[in-house]
This record gives sequence, structure tokens and C-alpha cells, in this order.
Amino acid sequence: MLKRAKALFAGTLTTLTGVSTASQADEVSTRQLNMTQGITEVSQAAYDIHMLMMWVCVVIGAVVFGFMIYVMFAHRKSRGVKAANFHEHIGVELAWTIVPALILIVIAFPATNALLKVYDASDAEMDIKITGYQWKWQYEYLGEDVRFMSSLRTSQDEIYGREEKGEHYLREVDNPLVIPANTKVRFLLTGNDVIHSWWVPDLGVKKDALPGIFTEAWAKTSEVGVYVGECAELCGKDHAFMPIVVEVKPKEEFNTWLAEQKASAAEYASTIGKEWSMDELMERGEKVYTTNCAGCHGIDGLGIPGVFPSMVGTEVTMGPIEKHIDVIVNGVNGTAMQAFAAQLSEVDIAAVVTYERNAWGNDLGDMAQPIDVLNHKNGQ
Amino acid sequence: MAHGPAKGIGRWLFTTNHKDIGTLYLWFSFAMFLLGGFFAMVIRAELFQPGMQLIRPEFFNQMTTMHGVIMVFGAIMPAFVGLANWMIPLMIGAPDMALPRMNNLSFWILPFAFLTLASTLFMEGGAPNFGWTFYAPLSTKYAPESVNYFIFSMHIMGASSIMGSINIIATIMNMRAPGMTYMKMPLFVWTWLITAFLLVAVMPVLAGAVTMMLMDINFGTSFFDAAGGGDPVLFQHIFWFFGHPEVYIIILPAFGVVSAIIPAFSRKPLFGYASMVYATAAIAFLSFIVWAHHMFTVGMPIAGELYFMYATMLIAVPTGVKVFNWITTMYKGALTFETPMLFSIAFVILFTFGGFTGLMLSVAAADIQYHDSYFVVAHFHYVMVAGAVFSGTAAVYYWLPKWCGKMYNETMGQVQFWIAFVGFNITFMPQHFLGLAGMPRRYADYGLQFADWNMVSSIGAFMYGAAQLLFLYNVIATIRNGKPVSDNKVWEGAEGLEWEVPTPAPYHTFATPPQIK
Repeated sequence: MLKRAKALFAGTLTTLTGVSTASQADEVSTRQLNMTQGITEVSQAAYDIHMLMMWVCVVIGAVVFGFMIYVMFAHRKSRGVKAANFHEHIGVELAWTIVPALILIVIAFPATNALLKVYDASDAEMDIKITGYQWKWQYEYLGEDVRFMSSLRTSQDEIYGREEKGEHYLREVDNPLVIPANTKVRFLLTGNDVIHSWWVPDLGVKKDALPGIFTEAWAKTSEVGVYVGECAELCGKDHAFMPIVVEVKPKEEFNTWLAEQKASAAEYASTIGKEWSMDELMERGEKVYTTNCAGCHGIDGLGIPGVFPSMVGTEVTMGPIEKHIDVIVNGVNGTAMQAFAAQLSEVDIAAVVTYERNAWGNDLGDMAQPIDVLNHKNGQ
Repeated sequence: MAHGPAKGIGRWLFTTNHKDIGTLYLWFSFAMFLLGGFFAMVIRAELFQPGMQLIRPEFFNQMTTMHGVIMVFGAIMPAFVGLANWMIPLMIGAPDMALPRMNNLSFWILPFAFLTLASTLFMEGGAPNFGWTFYAPLSTKYAPESVNYFIFSMHIMGASSIMGSINIIATIMNMRAPGMTYMKMPLFVWTWLITAFLLVAVMPVLAGAVTMMLMDINFGTSFFDAAGGGDPVLFQHIFWFFGHPEVYIIILPAFGVVSAIIPAFSRKPLFGYASMVYATAAIAFLSFIVWAHHMFTVGMPIAGELYFMYATMLIAVPTGVKVFNWITTMYKGALTFETPMLFSIAFVILFTFGGFTGLMLSVAAADIQYHDSYFVVAHFHYVMVAGAVFSGTAAVYYWLPKWCGKMYNETMGQVQFWIAFVGFNITFMPQHFLGLAGMPRRYADYGLQFADWNMVSSIGAFMYGAAQLLFLYNVIATIRNGKPVSDNKVWEGAEGLEWEVPTPAPYHTFATPPQIK
């Protein structure tokens, strides 16, 4: 505790002296007290106007509270003062109406300029579509044929204290968003189910991802590195468990990465036709289930009574396999069960169907092959 | 004519007496305050350390929702309606409220609204879990079944508020004693008159919003569903058109209370009475035209964003006028610091602090970093708790001797004040840092970088919670065995008609209207 108190104190000093750099944000530090300056023009503009406003408030506050404290000491009855009886004065009353109004007019200029910067998404060199799902993000590089989901990597064991929390607790995802440095990237945001909000403080981006509507934001930075963000709009149970990780890479490295993504997408296409064994499907299925399904239906498949249905010995998992595939591909309308067709590959859907039919004592012994899932999708 | 209260439970069930109904409102709101406070303790206990220890995320969301709804609609609003019932007739020299039977009805439907709401905690699927702002589609397509009960209880609360407001407006407009012109009314009466108009204007908007939800959920409409031609952002516009005036509905009566207490303990008339009235009206007007500053990240066009930013900044002007007036009232007074005065001074300081962060939030470019973070949580607790709750506490201590004819324990009151003041700041000051460092609100769990300040904040919250139990004890002890007071004027510097009736205030007052010079 004492150590912590010291760290807090040191943190206060750092903030007060203004010695704080973006690289500190990468380490797990409890010292940050102030808004980040971030790594983009927008985050810097937000920081500058924030500091301006803060100092204006500090100065006004010092004058007002200072006067108030003086009054509380000087005009106490216990000092034997006699109360005056004045109760109006047109001059001061006009002054303290007009002066604050003038201060606000002066502040309005930098505030307007900063906002114009935030809104200037013109001339973007690259578009990335971001879709908020309950409770993960999907990134799609428009025109590049690259699309993937990004979910929390922290295990349930760490969250529920059965395992020690790692250094990057709740700040880690399986597939981070990768963007190139020195490139103006435009983000097009939308939501799949409820409203989410994509917030990366260091990029100076917070924009709501609304179902059925597109919003836009942008970022351009020269600072390579890893930056962490969060979902900022209450989106249900796992609102706190859908972090954002953004990797800024130098342009050449980014191009290599993008080419790899395209190649693995092509390679994947060839695996759809392959016959998968039970063990292969079960192994992959467990992983897919843990990342995508366990959040609601539980690691043990029991769900939450009245909210999320159990999958142990129940209708869908024990019924006809076509129906089971259909529920996962298309979701269940009017419930929280989403359509996973756009989120999971055919292999993953086949694996998770197989897993659900053979885990927790369901032991049906049947399997779904990726080709079955593909046929189901095409059959509609 | 002069008869006392009826005997037994019937006195409370069938009463049309403004003092009885005021008392009912006050006790009801305090019960709700303890319930909402208990939910807050659950929230802070879970957030004491990173990781999920006590509850699960879905229950955490129910706690934040119920805490917000109960504190806003169950604790703060009824508390000020209770004060209005007790004090407005006494302050304007009226024998009772203008519509006594409706007064009874508007109180007695409230317990049912909140029983309905609280019962959702025990329903399959759990209580509402979509936040007190209940944004669609989380509150429609993705809501638990209990949302229908939530909608129903919102309707009842709204009906109660509208009836209460109509009653207050009718009372103030028709029942002032001869000579009590509008510009002679105490500021508490003025702020309530304006608040009542705000309520009548916006509660139907809330009713409209929840009715549209009801239709979307049960009858296949798509007001808030883009897939059916609706718009989820429409919900937010409607909600905040109600929601922003709502925060002034909460704070304006608090202004009125403080404007009565500060002059009393400064032994000096309120400075700038007329400008206080105009500032209140200006704030009420502005409250209608700034709602979308709650929606700066929703993707509004820049023109809209600029307009809402400028309009919001303007609120600082009339609010500043009020603060300057209070401080100038104290200037060259003869100050003493009894419990009501301590809470009122803390109100001025902490509310102003919340005003500063409000001004910062109004700047849309910086708001991209503040929005939906703990900075916002800190901001609105500075204005709601240190604002409304501190002023409500001050009001109870100030008028309690008049109500029950007994003096509270001053030492205990001051001890409560300091625990509450220190606890409050330990709770909410660090939340500014958490928000600026990037912690979003309504998070059941957080990364390790936020661990220290969350722990500090939780410790402060338990302190603040303990202070409320002391408050409850002090009030009950006063009513039971407080030292009797018999002076009409309990406080040396207090002014107003309420101090001219005997102490304790008899069951019927001003049967013959007083003459105001």
C-alpha cells in the first residue's frame, strides 16, 4: 500500500511537470492522471483544448474560491463582525454577467478550430470498416478482401481470479487492428446489434457504431507502436470485455502483413473441401466456442437461466444437425443470438457445431463438415 | 375547523394535508436513497479490485441501471417534491396546496411504481440492465422481459411528477397571501415554479419515448430500429430532450434551498434577488436547447455539433451569476457555520467544481476523450450528489426544528458533514483521473492500470455511505428525543413566513392569510 501511495505521488509529479510521453502508455502504469496527448493531430487538438479549458477553470476557480475562503475567515460572527445590509449592485451584477460571456466568446474560437480538425476525414488514403458486435469487433479492409474478428484474449480464469492476472489483463485481443504509419486512414463504423463506441484515446477517435447507420472518423500518425482502446457505449453484459488493440506499422511492414492476410485467406479456401476428423473438429471447436460462445452460454454450456439458453441436452444441440447449423449461421431473430455467418468461417462453424454436439455429455457422435456449412449457406 | 390529524394508519393513507404528504414524500425518498445507495455500494465493492469477485457482469449492469433510475426518480425528485409540499404553502402564506386530493394521489402511486421496478430484480432474466439512459436497441430488441415493468413504472412516476407539478403551479399562482407579489416570493418558491413548468413540459416526452419502446418491443413497430425504417439515434434525441431539462429539474430546487440558507447564516439578505430569478429562468430556457451535447460522438453533422457546443457554453453565464450572488451574500455578513450552512457552502464549492467540468465537457473536440468515461461519472456526481443531495440534506437540517419542534444534535450533524464531504471527494475526485486516463463508464471490470484509483474511490464511497446512516440516526433521534425548541424563529438570521408560524408548525397554518407589506 505504501509503495502504491509512493507511485501515486510520483505520478502526480510527472503530470504536474508535464513529463509524460506516449510510450509510457504502453506499459501498465497506474500513474496517468491526465488526458493523453496521443499520436495524432486530433488527439493533440483534443489535449490542447482540454488543457486550455482546464487552466481557464483553474484561474477562475482560484479567484472565486479564494475570495470565498477569505470571506469565511474574515466575516465570521465569532470575530465580532456586524452584518452589512446591502443586497444589490447593478454594476457588479452586469460585470459578472458580461465578463464570463466574453471569456466564452474567446474560448469559442479555438474550440471551433479543434472541432473542424476532428471532422476533416477528407482525402483518406485507406478505408477500414469497423463493425461492433456483442462483444467483439470486426475489421474489414475495404477493397482488399481482408476481414477478421477481434476478440478479447484474456481468459475467464484470469477474470474470475482462478489464475493470476497477466500484465495485459483486458488489454489484449487475438487479432489486433493493423494500420500503416504516415497514412490517412478513414474508419467507417457501424454496429451489428446494439450501439457500441470505438474509442482509442491515443488516436483521438471515439465514434459510436450504430446498427443500420454509418459514422466516420479518421487517424494519421507517424508513431509506430501498439495502442489500446475500449468500447465506450454500454452494449450489454460484456461491455467491459471487448477491448481494442491497434498496431501501427511502418508502411512496408504493413504491406507485407496485408499480403500475408490475403494469402492465408486464399489458403483457407482450399481447406473447405477437405474432410476433417472428429479430433481436429473438436480441438478447433473448443477454441471457437471459448472465444465466441462461452461469453453467453458459459464454458460449461449451461448458459444463464432465463437469459441465455443452456446447450446441455437441449433442443438445438441434440436435434437435427441442419437446424443446429442454421441457428449459428443465421442466428435467432428477436433474441440475442446473432447470425455468425459473417463472423466465423465455414471451418469454424463446422467445428463449433461438432463441439457442441459432443461436449458436456451431449455425445451425439455426429459431425458437421465445412462443406456442409458452405452448402447450407448457398442453399438459401 | 381546527382539527388535528386522524388516528392510525388512515392518517397517512387518506391525508390531504400538505405537511403529512410532505413528510411521506421525504421518508419515501430517503428509503429510496438508501436502496439506491446500497446498489452503489455493490457497484463500488465489485470495482474495489480488478477482476470479477462478487457479482457477474450481467448483474453489475442491473445494479448501475437500478442505482441511476432509483436515485434520479425515487430519491432526489420526490425529496424536493416533499420539501415543496411542506414549505411552499408556509412560504407564501397558503393554508394548504391548491389540489389536496390530487396531492394524495400523486404521492400514493409512487410506492407502487417503485415496488414494480424493484420486483424486476427477482424476475427471470433479471432487472433492467441497459443503464438509466436506456438507449435503444439495447433496451428494446436486446432487453430482458422485465423491460415492460420498467416502462410501466416509468409511466406511473411520470404521472406522479406531472400531478405534483400541476399542483405546485396552481398553488403558487392562486394561493399567495395578499401582498405576496411574484417578486416577493422566496427564491425556493420561484425555483420550484420554474421547475414545475419544466416537469410539465418534459415528462410527457419521456412518456412518449417509453411508449415507443413498448410498441417496438411488443407490437412490431420500428421507431428505433433502422432495419424497419426507424432510427436508434432518434431515441437519444427524444431521451435527452427530456433528460437535459431533467438535470435542471433536479438542481433548480436545490438552488432555491441554498438561497434560503446562505442568507440565514450570513445574517444578511440574499444578494441580487432579481438577477437570481432571471438567471433561473434563463437556465430553464437554455436547458431545452442544448440536449444533443450528450450525443457528441453519435456522428452529428458538424453544424449541429457547433450549435450545441455554443449553446451549452452559454449555460455557464447564468450559473455563474448564481454562484457570484451566493458568495456576495456571504461577503460582509456575520457568518456562523451550523450544519445546514456547512452543507450549503460545500454545495457552492462542489457544484461550481462540477460546473467547471461541465464547461470542459461542452467543448465538443475535447468531449471525444471525455464522453462516456469516468470523467463524466465524476462530473455528474459533483452536480447531482454534492449539488442536489447536499442541498437536500441542508434543507432537512434547516427546517427539521420547525417541522418537529426539536433541535437536532449539532455535533453529530457536523461530524456527518465532514465524513460526507471528505468521503464524497475521495470517491469522485479520483474518477476524474480514471476517466482522463481512459476508463469508460459502466465497466464491470477494468485493466490493471486503473486499479489504484478505483480502490481509493471505493473506500471513499463506503465512507460516504456510512455518513448517510449517521444522518438517518440523527434525524430519528431528533424526532424522538431532540431538545425541544419553541421560538417561532429557530435560526437567528432566518427570514420568511415559515418562521412566523409556531414551532413545531401546527397541523393547519395560515387558515387566515397573513398580510404582506
